[in-house]
Amino acid sequence: MNSEKPKSFQEIILRLQSYWAARGCAIMQPYDMEVGAGTFHPATTLRSLGSRPWAAAYVQPSRRPTDGRYGENPNRLQHYYQYQVLIKPSPPDLQALYLGSLEAIGINMDLHDIRFVEDDWESPTLGAWGLGWEVWCDGMEVSQFTYFQQVGGHDCAPVAGELTYGLERLAMYVLGVDHVMDMPYNDPQAPIALSYGDVFKQTEQEHSRYNFDVANTDVLLRHFEEAEAECASILAQEHVDSKTGKRIVMAHPAYDQCIKASHIFNLLDARGVISVTERQAYIGRVRTLAKACADAFVQTEAGGYVQ
Amino acid sequence: MPDLLIELFSEEIPARMQGKAADDLKKLMTDGMVEAGLTYASSAAFSTPRRLTLTVEGLLVESPTVREERKGPKVGAPDKAIEGFLRGAGVSREALEERDTPKGAIYFASIEKPGRPASEIIAEVLETTIRNFPWPKSMRWGSGSLRWVRPLHSILCILTDEAGSEVVPLDVDGIVSGKTTHGHRFMAPAQLTVNGFEDYEAQLKRAFVVLNAGERADAIWEDAKNQAFANGLEVVEDAGLLREVAGLVEWPVVLMGEIATDFLGLPPEVLQTSMREHQKFFSVKNPKTGRIERFITVANRETADNGATILAGNQKVLFARLSDAKFFWENDLRVAKADMATWTEALSNVTFHNKLGTQAERIERIAALARELAPVVGADADEAERAARLAKADLSSEMVYEFPELQGLMGRYYAEAAGETAAVAAAAEEHYSPLGPSDAVPSAPVSVAVSLADKIDTLTGFWAIDEKPTGSKDPFALRRAALGVIRLVLENGLSFGLLRVFSQADDRADATNLLSFFHDRLKVYLRDQGVRHDVIDACIAMDGNDDLALLVKRAVALEAFMKTEDGTNLLQGFKRANNILSKEEEKDGVEYSYGGDVKFAQIDEERALFATLEAETPVIEAALKSEDFAAAMSGMAALRAPIDAFFEAVQVNSDNGTVRRNRLNLLSDIRKLVGSVADLTRVEG
Repeated sequence: MNSEKPKSFQEIILRLQSYWAARGCAIMQPYDMEVGAGTFHPATTLRSLGSRPWAAAYVQPSRRPTDGRYGENPNRLQHYYQYQVLIKPSPPDLQALYLGSLEAIGINMDLHDIRFVEDDWESPTLGAWGLGWEVWCDGMEVSQFTYFQQVGGHDCAPVAGELTYGLERLAMYVLGVDHVMDMPYNDPQAPIALSYGDVFKQTEQEHSRYNFDVANTDVLLRHFEEAEAECASILAQEHVDSKTGKRIVMAHPAYDQCIKASHIFNLLDARGVISVTERQAYIGRVRTLAKACADAFVQTEAGGYVQ
Repeated sequence: MPDLLIELFSEEIPARMQGKAADDLKKLMTDGMVEAGLTYASSAAFSTPRRLTLTVEGLLVESPTVREERKGPKVGAPDKAIEGFLRGAGVSREALEERDTPKGAIYFASIEKPGRPASEIIAEVLETTIRNFPWPKSMRWGSGSLRWVRPLHSILCILTDEAGSEVVPLDVDGIVSGKTTHGHRFMAPAQLTVNGFEDYEAQLKRAFVVLNAGERADAIWEDAKNQAFANGLEVVEDAGLLREVAGLVEWPVVLMGEIATDFLGLPPEVLQTSMREHQKFFSVKNPKTGRIERFITVANRETADNGATILAGNQKVLFARLSDAKFFWENDLRVAKADMATWTEALSNVTFHNKLGTQAERIERIAALARELAPVVGADADEAERAARLAKADLSSEMVYEFPELQGLMGRYYAEAAGETAAVAAAAEEHYSPLGPSDAVPSAPVSVAVSLADKIDTLTGFWAIDEKPTGSKDPFALRRAALGVIRLVLENGLSFGLLRVFSQADDRADATNLLSFFHDRLKVYLRDQGVRHDVIDACIAMDGNDDLALLVKRAVALEAFMKTEDGTNLLQGFKRANNILSKEEEKDGVEYSYGGDVKFAQIDEERALFATLEAETPVIEAALKSEDFAAAMSGMAALRAPIDAFFEAVQVNSDNGTVRRNRLNLLSDIRKLVGSVADLTRVEG
């Protein structure tokens, strides 16, 4: 174990990657779409379903348009990183594995106060819920720890254990930085040392302006409808492909449309064009898509379907 | 006699569930064992974040043997019937006994249920308990199907006597019982092998686990108080937080930290709420200034640096939290000082209920109603209207968005900052009250006007769209709102007709139906105050029953009167008069309402009753007019003796038709007069 304190944001990520790789997780890459949280990656949402074992870890860039603060707020960002681990079935020593990952990034268990504080997780857009905790280190929430019980309206059997680390906040704590933009992104001793602000300050400003004031809401509303329709039309196809003669259930392409709809909804929300009453209706529409995708996924081989 | 020790060791149990879970474990186990014949001397249950523990002392070694006799078929019954009986009773034919009974010879079987060893019974009851445990929320984990609050790791289950301790064998979905547990997650994670409860508790303490939640709470509180006292400060009491924190730690370590001076200007409630809700910190205040100056956090471990790192981390988190709170507070103050227009406008985008419009529309209605009610409660109409317009403004503030429990209180601060009058600011906070039956009722006129308007608007609105409470369902807390109105009216002695106010609030509402809902609530309220339901009914039956203050005044006077001898006797006399009169009226098919005439009176008792009636009628009428119900009751009391004497001496149904009719008209006069005070036909007795 590397007992030295990490020096940069990226070193914390690299240490998490090698820690979880050494514990047998497939290190995956971020999903190539805009999502609100690491949970949306199909490696979590879809793979938590069905009977087949799974172990994956990855960084997921996440977008929360309403949290944009033009790069001014010390810890609020419209684009940030989550580190996500999903292991199914959840191993009996998952808590110990998790605590090991904190040590791996330089948190000394002998000096800090780590607590598991009740926090049940629910995603109304994914039709998912689970029980677990937020993990506190000296009073600060450093991770979410969840045993998935249901996703897309399906019971999870076996149950997947999910760990989510908010990377910026965790790294700021480990590195002792007060403003996210001041955090060293790479090694501060590197010939070209870059701070988080060097990398992201400008993009935070640009996206904040776009998200709050510029995004074309008519276009977004149309895209939402289109993604919704496309999702339904993909799932309405026959399971057997007439061209190849193979059984190909298109759960993933349909789920991409669900992700798209969800992100567009978040943008519309940030633009303030969704009223309180409409809000619930939109969330319900995304949930309907997520459920349909989950129904489709369990009809695929990866979802445990046996012909 | 052996003792039993059980520990269910799991991942962290939510603090709020621990206490009840320990009680449930005790109840389910002891009930189950007793039902199986295994009695015991005493038991106790404990909880920590990671374990539920039960100790039972003085258990029987085995359940007693039970002999049971079962009655079978008649001697000579068909073989099939006898064989069936033998199978059911589990005995052989030779073991049957023939006995003569009044119904002839009958077979009896004597069945002996041998006692079972304690361990067998415990294993069974414990498995049932684990599988059916009443967690508010439970989950599965891994590949298993067992449900527990969080993954269950081990079951310690041992019986201990003089000879030593023995594991009660048990296997619940692959979790095999044993005699081991673990100490503190970080300070002493090694396995412990346990012999009996005393040994268990002592070993745990050496392994940095205080088993007893009450002991943990006491230790936290003592230490917190002492640390504060040493600095000339005091801890703000918070029993709920103390209970919760005691459920978050196995080895409490109390640390006191500083609040940066930047934040000492925040309202104390904001500091306290932010620290409690987000960080589970206790507030420490300076008794001289009343200001909150420090915080207490409770860590779950000791460290080599005496908690310095932990405290520094907590302080940093608090700094970020309070920076947020300060940011909200300062932003909010800016809006408040600019007339709160941003907020009141924002409320037009907030739906109150899809059939009842937005919050802004609701506020319009409340403002109009508060204005109407102002003269009734003695408030200035402009001030009441202004207060109503601002009372909900803080719902749009950033602080209340973050801490909904500060609604109202922030409204008061912001109204003060905006330069509103003290009465308007107070109404922002007080108009939500009373929330519960023991909550204080506002008495400041402007607060009362807004509070009444708010609640009456809610009630008439939901009545108008036919969303009344049914059975146990009351999603909009309408019963609470009605009780709130009742308490506001009664405790402030406000006399006004509700029906008119209902129709002003929303003329689509069925006001009569709503009034009877109020009467039902009022009966519950008065019953708790010791007023009989039939007495209330007697008063509800009177005119003006939508004036609750008047109604209650009447009921209280009647209740007091009915407790006197005069009252009970007058009631008897009245009922006798009423019964005779009603019967004769029905028989004759007429109503005797001409009024009696003393000149047809035949005897002294009759004349005396006429005289009393004549004397008391104006007394009672005047008393009623001035709403002096006690005087009205004593007026009725004066009737009692003459009525008794009248019935003693007089036969109403005289052979002389004129005399009879006159007497019936006299009774009718009595009925009318008594009936003007209360409808005594509804009073029991």
